[in-house]
Amino acid sequence: MSPEVVRPFPDSEEMEISFGPQHPATHGVLRVMVKLDGEKIIEAKPIIGYLHRGTEKIFERETYNGAIPHTDRLDYTAAATNNQGLVGAVERLMGITVPPRAAYIRMMLAELQRIASHIIWLGTHALDIGAQTPFFYTFQEREKILDLYEDYCGARLTLNCMRVGGQPFDLPTGWTERCREFIEQFPARVAEWEGLLTNNRIWKQRTIGVGVISAADAIEWGLTGPPLRGSGVKWDIRKVFPYDHYDEVAFDIPTGEHGDTYDRYLVRMEEMRQSVRIVRQCLERLPDGPVLAKVPKVIKPPKGEIYFSVEGPKGELGYYIVSNGEANPHRMHVRPACFINLQALPEMVRGYLVADLIAVIGTLDIVLGEIDR
Amino acid sequence: MTSPWIAYLLVPLVKIVVILGVVILLAAYLSYFERKILAYMQIRVGPNRVGPRGWLQPIADALKLFVKEDVLPSRAEKIVYFLGPVMVTAPALLIFSVIPFGPGMKLFGYEFAPYLTDVNIGILLILGVSSVGVYGVILGGWASNNKFSLMGGLRSAAQLVSYEVPMGLSVVTVLLMANSLSLVKIVEAQRQMGMWFFIPGFVAFFIYFVCGVAETNRNPFDLPEAESELVAGFHTEYSGMKFAFYFLAEYANMVVISSVATVLFFGGWLRPFPSVRALAFLDAFPGAPIFWFLVKVAAFLFCYIWFRGTFPRYRFDQLMRLGWKVLLPVSLVNLMAVGLGVLLLGGPR
Repeated sequence: MSPEVVRPFPDSEEMEISFGPQHPATHGVLRVMVKLDGEKIIEAKPIIGYLHRGTEKIFERETYNGAIPHTDRLDYTAAATNNQGLVGAVERLMGITVPPRAAYIRMMLAELQRIASHIIWLGTHALDIGAQTPFFYTFQEREKILDLYEDYCGARLTLNCMRVGGQPFDLPTGWTERCREFIEQFPARVAEWEGLLTNNRIWKQRTIGVGVISAADAIEWGLTGPPLRGSGVKWDIRKVFPYDHYDEVAFDIPTGEHGDTYDRYLVRMEEMRQSVRIVRQCLERLPDGPVLAKVPKVIKPPKGEIYFSVEGPKGELGYYIVSNGEANPHRMHVRPACFINLQALPEMVRGYLVADLIAVIGTLDIVLGEIDR
Repeated sequence: MTSPWIAYLLVPLVKIVVILGVVILLAAYLSYFERKILAYMQIRVGPNRVGPRGWLQPIADALKLFVKEDVLPSRAEKIVYFLGPVMVTAPALLIFSVIPFGPGMKLFGYEFAPYLTDVNIGILLILGVSSVGVYGVILGGWASNNKFSLMGGLRSAAQLVSYEVPMGLSVVTVLLMANSLSLVKIVEAQRQMGMWFFIPGFVAFFIYFVCGVAETNRNPFDLPEAESELVAGFHTEYSGMKFAFYFLAEYANMVVISSVATVLFFGGWLRPFPSVRALAFLDAFPGAPIFWFLVKVAAFLFCYIWFRGTFPRYRFDQLMRLGWKVLLPVSLVNLMAVGLGVLLLGGPR
């Protein structure tokens, strides 16, 4: 899968260099020990754990609703989908049906979150490859999404915006109009960013054929999300195991062909447009009614265990809950997308150049909060 | 009346002081304009706190760097570490001694030339001196005893070596057309010919400017200091005034490349369309030649900043491939084509 490592001067000295944990392009506190021959990567070993906070242990001492704020801090660029996964798991364990209005609000929040997360990815990925300007253009749009969140729940980053059984609040007055205004102008912005990058010769040279991973390998490594779809595997939890009301809205799953950085870029760009499509449909169909189902004051799921996953912006985000009938989980495990996607990094960069390592870290779209937990 | 003391010591000394002052100030304010222009391209405001509209920002930056602690890495090669910034800055400033900012003129009854000296091998001097600057980058990167610095220095070495060749070849086409190595004569030749060398030599100009951007380590060729890959490249370990010197040299080099491009291809101090008489009013104000020179240089500098706002960065191998496999053959063919043209059309005697 990666080019054969041919060492032109077999007795030249290899250099071991530590990228991170404080490095401008490792997106947080990732550390990669890289063995180099000149500029060529012989081996890259990610070293993680610099952001470990023991979240899974903290879950055990929290109530179920009390655990939601901790999920905000897993993938801190996508708090809404993190919330969605946890409350979804608990609801299924308890057999609660969420009121349709709440489910539609969740879908909107989740899709806006997907856009916001992809915006961060695009801005930083382009910045890593040396294009400075998209970073500022993209973050301007993200602000608008964060404003929408602020209107809804008061928070911009760590949203804490879902509850077991539904939504904590109804949409505030005028929110749907503001949201519609945003999604109507957003596709033009995506086109603008694509104008800066998609056909840019340097961008193409830097991304096409870089960090290639075949479909078979991607499945083997357990990749999910855009890194999997970039390799041509049509796999999206929203389609294969629909939750909320994703089966009622129409959207496509974009896939790539070659499994390289450029294809993953195209996949994410298209996903943003598809998310806009979903939000638009949600706004049209948004039913009336309550937003919170009848749930007991203290959430006590019955004895049992459950695995439930949602399609986060980075990939499959799963929660595995073991309950022994008490108000707090006996064990709650998170299946993080970034952690598992990161595993493929050494394979994806072997034999490439240092500059490609940065591009591949960017294209995997990792967030250390989710990797270390 | 003119004593040799004035002609040979005082006048050059004053000129040196003025040119150095202007260049250093220009380099400092170039950083201000870069931040400002980039900011407007990126829907930001840019520096606006120090002084009205942030005009004093470069001064504040310089002062800050001046009083900052000068950190010397304990395992650095001390002498070479110290020499690095010197070897980068000195050549960059030295080149301005031969750049003609305007034609010789009469000022208060004295012969006055708005340049320090007109060397008859001006171009050779520029190419030679500017190559010395590479050592500062390589040695600085090596002496810091930091792997990131070392890689930045090596990248820079490879980059500068491979882009020097097509750059030299593109300059040669101008020499063919001008029949002189003196920068003043080159501009004069463009005046006699009635058009800027950009028109017959646009391929050479393109190659020259691409190589110029690569030589100054600017985006999209800013690999030696690629922030996202090598932290800060060769000057990762430098701080305080030593860092300021690298910074100064980078911006001074941008001005050098822009000035040389102006002289070689855009008629130096000549007004646009020097052969069209109807436009003579463009020259009719005092200081017009210097004005036109500065306008052209400013246009090039704007391009530098524009590139930075637009392009991603090349990868190391792609950069080398572009230099050796595209620019070098093209410049060779272009050289022969221009030579043939000069031979057939009867170039300057």
